[in-house]
Amino acid sequence: MQKNYDIIVVGAGHAGCEAAASAACMGKSVLLITMNMQTIAQMSCNPAMGGVAKGQILREIDALGGFSAEITDKTTLQFRMLNRSKGAAMWSPRAQSDRHKFAWEWRKKLESIPNVDFWQEMVSELIIDDHTVKGVITAMGISFYAKAVILTNGTFLNGKIHIGEKQFGGGRTGEAAAKGITEQLVSLGFTAGRMKTGTPPRVDGRSLDYSKMEVQNGDENPSKFSYDTKILPVQNQLPCFITYTNQEVHDILKTGFDQSPMYQGRIQGLGPRYCPSIEDKINRFAERERHQIFVEPEGADTVEMYVNGFSTSLPENVQYDALKKIPGFENVKVFRPGYAIEYDFFPPTQLFPSLETKRISNLYFAGQINGTTGYEEAACQGLMAGINAVRKINNETPIILSRNEAYIGVLIDDLVNKGTDEPYRMFTSRAEYRILLRQDNADIRLSKCGFEIGLLPENRWNRVMEKQQMTQQMIQFFTETSLVPEDINPYLVSLDTAPIPQKTRLSQIILRPQVQIKELLIAIPQYFETLKFDDEVLEQVEIGFKYAAYIEREHVVAEKMKNLEDIVIRPDFDYERVSSISSEAKEKLKNIQPQNLGQASRISGVSASDISILMVYLTK
Amino acid sequence: MNQSVIAALATPPGRSAIGVIRLSGEGCLKVLNRCFKGTNLEEVPGNTVHYGWITDGSALIDEVMVAVFRAPKSYTKEDSAEISGHGSPFLLKRILERLIQEGASLAGPGEFTMRAFAHGRFDLAQAEAVADLIAADSDAQKDLALSQLRGGISHDIALLRDELIQFASLIELELDFSEEDVEFADRSALLRLIEKIRNRMQELMQGFQWGNALKEGVPVAIVGMPNAGKSTLLNALLNEERALVSDIPGTTRDVIEEVLHIDGIGFRFIDTAGYRDTVDVIEAMGIERTLERLKSATVVLWVMDGTEDAGLKERLGSEMIAAGKTVIALRNKADQYALSAGTMMDDQLIISAKERWGLDVLKAELLRQALAQKTDGALVSNIRHYEALKNADAALDRVTAALGLGVSGELLAADIREALFQLGLITGQITTDDLLESIFTRFCIGK
Repeated sequence: MQKNYDIIVVGAGHAGCEAAASAACMGKSVLLITMNMQTIAQMSCNPAMGGVAKGQILREIDALGGFSAEITDKTTLQFRMLNRSKGAAMWSPRAQSDRHKFAWEWRKKLESIPNVDFWQEMVSELIIDDHTVKGVITAMGISFYAKAVILTNGTFLNGKIHIGEKQFGGGRTGEAAAKGITEQLVSLGFTAGRMKTGTPPRVDGRSLDYSKMEVQNGDENPSKFSYDTKILPVQNQLPCFITYTNQEVHDILKTGFDQSPMYQGRIQGLGPRYCPSIEDKINRFAERERHQIFVEPEGADTVEMYVNGFSTSLPENVQYDALKKIPGFENVKVFRPGYAIEYDFFPPTQLFPSLETKRISNLYFAGQINGTTGYEEAACQGLMAGINAVRKINNETPIILSRNEAYIGVLIDDLVNKGTDEPYRMFTSRAEYRILLRQDNADIRLSKCGFEIGLLPENRWNRVMEKQQMTQQMIQFFTETSLVPEDINPYLVSLDTAPIPQKTRLSQIILRPQVQIKELLIAIPQYFETLKFDDEVLEQVEIGFKYAAYIEREHVVAEKMKNLEDIVIRPDFDYERVSSISSEAKEKLKNIQPQNLGQASRISGVSASDISILMVYLTK
Repeated sequence: MNQSVIAALATPPGRSAIGVIRLSGEGCLKVLNRCFKGTNLEEVPGNTVHYGWITDGSALIDEVMVAVFRAPKSYTKEDSAEISGHGSPFLLKRILERLIQEGASLAGPGEFTMRAFAHGRFDLAQAEAVADLIAADSDAQKDLALSQLRGGISHDIALLRDELIQFASLIELELDFSEEDVEFADRSALLRLIEKIRNRMQELMQGFQWGNALKEGVPVAIVGMPNAGKSTLLNALLNEERALVSDIPGTTRDVIEEVLHIDGIGFRFIDTAGYRDTVDVIEAMGIERTLERLKSATVVLWVMDGTEDAGLKERLGSEMIAAGKTVIALRNKADQYALSAGTMMDDQLIISAKERWGLDVLKAELLRQALAQKTDGALVSNIRHYEALKNADAALDRVTAALGLGVSGELLAADIREALFQLGLITGQITTDDLLESIFTRFCIGK
């Protein structure tokens, strides 16, 4: 049996799968260790990928050469582009996924990569020598050795499940918790914390009356996540259903509050405020008469349905009684009750932006172990941890995406500089460069990086270059070409906008909010005969013109920040030498160990004048 | 390095013979040229000095000498200029305001030195000294911020900012949680809220004049009929010598306002030329034009000698009060009419400008009025804060325009965030976390 690998990945959830795949695709031998090979890439929460901000992350993963987008596309049950009524920066792809197929496709993908090996067992200890990780020891006492180890333990570290007054150890319902690693890391000086999350009941679709619910269908012309042209959008879509709670439901739920693990203090971990349990919703927002329930299909070949919006840890009989009062749920049969789960995490300020731990070299953390929540958040950390572990072994500098480059950059920068008290989920409002970080341009932003590090195939990068070239040509054409009134005025008048009195440049016409580039092609086709373009190119051109002022402003701000980020702080920099900065700032800086001045400026407790002073010391 | 144009006063604040404003950064000569009347500064070589005027579009602000330095032969090793103007804090501030209008930004603490350092002017051994300098500078700023807190400005801005965060979180809610069962922001209510906020910011920006006044002189005007004793009063309040120096005809020095200091607060007498000459201010110009000339005054000393026409007196008095002026009515010439100086008669303070009787009581009254104004509300006295307010206002102006066009929420949000960022510069708060905090506290979201 092979005992020596380049990289060991512990855990095979969304983070672990991306980490193993990226490391292996970059040429390293990888051992993926999971407690259960049947639950590789299990979606523990709702069966959906993407959404606002998260959809952008999936596109970024795809642009870098990760696989989550592709797997999603292959297992989509329904696709919707959210926020379509808003501007381009807000468009967010979201897919309902077939839970079972999603897991299966990921396993197939991993099995298709020759240098990924699998081992099913719990890892109970890390092998550490001279502050460097050397491998892992399993529950059976087997030692595996590697140059780098990536921990993606999800909710399994000392996981504890709560349903009403019952509580038992477990990493997911029906699966055992993992023990040993937290205790070892704490003894090595790591700080650990506790977090909490929850899931709703899953029910028998045959027992629901959908005629009492609103139907939500997918987009008429569904799109997809991957930029890979060989991957096609979903063909046959399934609907979701919307219904609502009511006062009667709330009253029944309240009868269980005296047995609630949350309200009786049995759960210490902090849960996410943006993903509250149903009991929390009726408790904190008592004035609301109803809450939305979103009924999602678990798969194409199963009757199981997911009751999104009804996450709860109340006793199972209270869950059942309350569910029955929801329109459409009168005869509901429950497959699995909702539950809350508490688990260990390690405050992510203990990491470098490469996701390597500061205390132990070549040890990387990704996913919920870092205090995040969400499949996409986990997947992108796994991807970056995989990439950076490989680069560390190769003696190459880590890939650190900046905040104006990717949501992935925002996420990791937030984690390592600010840490998090509650499970961290990505929102577009976390990004100061929201107009730059769009789902339509993730390929343009990141494919170069993906190709250069050896992850994105060459044909994909060629395609991006071609797209950029066509976009440039078309932008130039718009700037140089003037329209004569008789050609364009019929179209302008048909839109109820003012006709042009004299020759006007296309770049001016496109700025009018009512004018759309695709309609221009139809209105004045003779102008575009010599140009090469496709839909993606048109989209880039249109966004480039219409949002120019906002894009430009964000570029200016980003450029200013870059000046700070270009000022490197060497690891051995002695803050004690700088007498004039505050002691609070010194403490924070020594703790976080920022790698440049830009990163230092985002640490809370470090003031603008502290940064000015540091700049004096560092610019030379 | 960041090469944006920065400007700051280089000489110590307060009255002096000459005041120097320094500019640095790529394009600083272009900025300066736009408010300079004289040689084209963009074309002159480095290490040269040029005579001219700083102008406000049409009106002249100050007569100055400009020294031009070309990179790398300057203190900062960037293109730089030094404007030597008259040492009136009021005029220097006007010049700085003009430069900021034209695209300069106010230099941060120690920024000139920092740039000089970054461009290799100093060696590392000097770093500590520079750092201490910056620290000292920001300590002084902190003191200022604290004193402003007492005056209420930080509190006021924080309130505005809170309201704006409510607005912003409504918009962010629409963007990040569009799939949730949440109510969306009513655009016309948002517009009203923005209007309200902008009105308050306008007041604060106008209050900048008052706040500024406390630091750099409360603008005071003296009005009265001919021979009521206006210039005698002015000369009596100021010391004789200064009045004489300023009176030398043909020099430009006489455009500088006269400043009287009482307990550390300056009182700046404006439009002194107007009542030095023999023109009868009120009768020749009429009440309207008199008020027009009083526009920039906060306090009006109204000098009377008992011979005034009762109707005119009543009208002028009520017009001045309606215009928001603090009016101190004076009954002059106590020496001629055998009145008891320093006491009140018909709401008029009795004085004798000629004999300098009752002037202590008058000075006490001026001080009382100034301090009363100070506790009256929030004051913006820091040009940095003023600049932040102005930028916030410009951003909200873009939001208003965008609301009119019905543009998408993320674009509104971009400008609202800019406004929040600018206001945060005054209150020292950070934006992103505040928004999410507000969303989570106020709305039931999440599945």
